[in-house]
Amino acid sequence: MPARASLWTTLTAPLLRENPVTLQILGICSALAVTTTLETALTMAASLSVVVTLAAGIISLIRRHIPDTIRLIVQIVIIASLVIVIDQVLQAWFYDISRALSVFVGLITTNCLVLGRTEAFARHNPPLPAMVDALGNALGYSLVLIVIGTLRELLGKGELLGHAVLPLADQGGWFTPLSLMLLAPSGFFLLGGLVWAIRSWRPEQAEAPEFGPMPQRGPAE
Amino acid sequence: MSELWSLFLRAGFAENMPLSLFLGLCTFLALSKRPATAMGLGVAMIGVMGVTVPLNQLVYDGLLAPGAWAWAGMPDLDLSYLALIAFIGVIAATVQLLEMVLDRYFPAIHAAFGVFLPLLTVQCAILAGSLFMVERRYSLPEAAVFGLGSGTGFVLAVVLLSALRTRLAYADLPAGLRGLGITFLLTGLMSLGFASFTLMAAP
Repeated sequence: MPARASLWTTLTAPLLRENPVTLQILGICSALAVTTTLETALTMAASLSVVVTLAAGIISLIRRHIPDTIRLIVQIVIIASLVIVIDQVLQAWFYDISRALSVFVGLITTNCLVLGRTEAFARHNPPLPAMVDALGNALGYSLVLIVIGTLRELLGKGELLGHAVLPLADQGGWFTPLSLMLLAPSGFFLLGGLVWAIRSWRPEQAEAPEFGPMPQRGPAE
Repeated sequence: MSELWSLFLRAGFAENMPLSLFLGLCTFLALSKRPATAMGLGVAMIGVMGVTVPLNQLVYDGLLAPGAWAWAGMPDLDLSYLALIAFIGVIAATVQLLEMVLDRYFPAIHAAFGVFLPLLTVQCAILAGSLFMVERRYSLPEAAVFGLGSGTGFVLAVVLLSALRTRLAYADLPAGLRGLGITFLLTGLMSLGFASFTLMAAP
């Protein structure tokens, strides 16, 4: 079953090997902005997954009818409509989380991950592979969000999903919260560390040095 | 006049888009390898922001704001929920226009941008500029100054980062940290530094 195997590869490749955040530098703004707690990170990941999968499916369906010169506008309008729907759904059923996320649901429209996938993949492929590819990328994005959200909430507040995990020092425990973790620069530091960890584990992702000593010809002396 | 100047400074420094508000990071990180590319991106940013923010101000005030249709006998009509899709439409049209002009007259610059020029449409900084404009109720000249100031701040940050990265090209870093990893750490340090502008701006 070669077709199914390749679909499986399309789904799993973006998880770690071609992770959209750590390798392709897509969708970073929201990855840093919503990860102060795990709950908002999870909601954001779920909303983005729905938007990117549906957008890839729709754009792939009508890909033969979009004139090349106005393709950006068509894609963006489709994505923005989906985002408005998601925003309304969140406001209707998950009002508290929707308020915590505030503008960042709207900013899914401008998440480069979504347009990057529709522009690079869904525009040239039939609906099923396009949606599988989009879902895979969304899962890779979610993975990064969950890891960073967990670390920031755990180290910044000693909590996970609002439940106390580490006993705080001012309540008789041993853990002193690192308030830097709740500030935004820590997002940069954690993401940098994550990239470092992944690339040390999988050295083939490391970038080649731009400059180095000339390859030596003949004896070194 | 001095109010417009201080608005320009605030948009460029204290509320620097990538470093203080964490907007527009994708292009910020991806196109900051060389100062020349960074300058090119920066000029495009100033152009797109300087055009789209005042344009969106006109669209919002003339068509979408509550009561904008009062002259047509519909004073209760409130279309402001359409703001997101209207702004994105204006931005996408501007970027597409820019892409066609560059492709036609400056093919070298067009080739240098690659996939990132279309991605300017989804620059969070550009959309956020228009959203801030609505939230803070800027007038047309204020919107123009704000757009230009944010664009200038972005250029400043991206050129600074690209200069740092050029120096780092000769550094002997651990293999995994090379490129993206060290860029994140640098950006974190730069954003700590830019946080001090916020304190200076406070009267």
